[in-house]
Amino acid sequence: MQIARVIGTVVATQKHRKFEGAKLLLVQPLTMDDKPRGPALLAVDALGAGVDEKVLVVMEGRAAGEALGRKFAPVDAAVVGIIDTVDISE
Amino acid sequence: MQLARVIGDVIATRKDENLHGMKLLVLQPITADGSPAGRTLVAVDSAGAGIGETVFFVRGKEASFPFYPTEVPTDAGIVGIVDRWDLG
Amino acid sequence: MILARIVGTVVATRKDPRLLSSKLMVARPIDPHGKSEGNYLVAIDTVDAGVGETVLIVSGSSARMAAGLKDCPVDAAIVGIIDTIDVPGGN
Repeated sequence: MQIARVIGTVVATQKHRKFEGAKLLLVQPLTMDDKPRGPALLAVDALGAGVDEKVLVVMEGRAAGEALGRKFAPVDAAVVGIIDTVDISE
Repeated sequence: MQLARVIGDVIATRKDENLHGMKLLVLQPITADGSPAGRTLVAVDSAGAGIGETVFFVRGKEASFPFYPTEVPTDAGIVGIVDRWDLG
Repeated sequence: MILARIVGTVVATRKDPRLLSSKLMVARPIDPHGKSEGNYLVAIDTVDAGVGETVLIVSGSSARMAAGLKDCPVDAAIVGIIDTIDVPGGN
């Protein structure tokens, strides 16, 4: 899983039916010191995360489908947690 | 999933039988501000997309799920056409 | 999936038994304009491709969905031979 920040929302009328009712977020993966890492990607959101929130994103298809509660959904990333704090001790 | 722009299409007569009838489009992934990000790739389309449109696509085996139970050998699939996106 | 040009073949006598009847090709990824990019990869051929041809390659677990590769230990398969690529207005 990756830590990312929600940077936007996506509107798509014409989409696969397994996405009906699912919220689509643009999330920017972060490094451990909160810097952007790589391009932003889309994740489905079943938790109600909002823009600017730091979230936990699962980046694997089967897990993302589970998070959405739909089998055989063509998804590869889902928000599975809204992060309160991250502690790194080393 | 990632945002991308459809920049072309691909015709292949000889191909895996489960790819027959599939629309193959060339995608340029884009960043949240619309600029190109990384290499182009070819994706199957299940959303009715066309050249010039902004879409979102899924990577991995999940790209074949729109055609389930047919096992389409693809690792990238267009699953939605983007009307707009809003940055916070 | 990626576009690639076949640049060679690989012969391996000792290999996983599930690959015994497979043809292994060396492929070089290209952009839609035919320009080579990135590194070489080895892919299993499922459509009778030949050296010099432009092909479509599927990667990852999806490669095992290509004809005849169920349960095979492969991560890249050639699943199409490209006739034309149309990229209006360039990239």
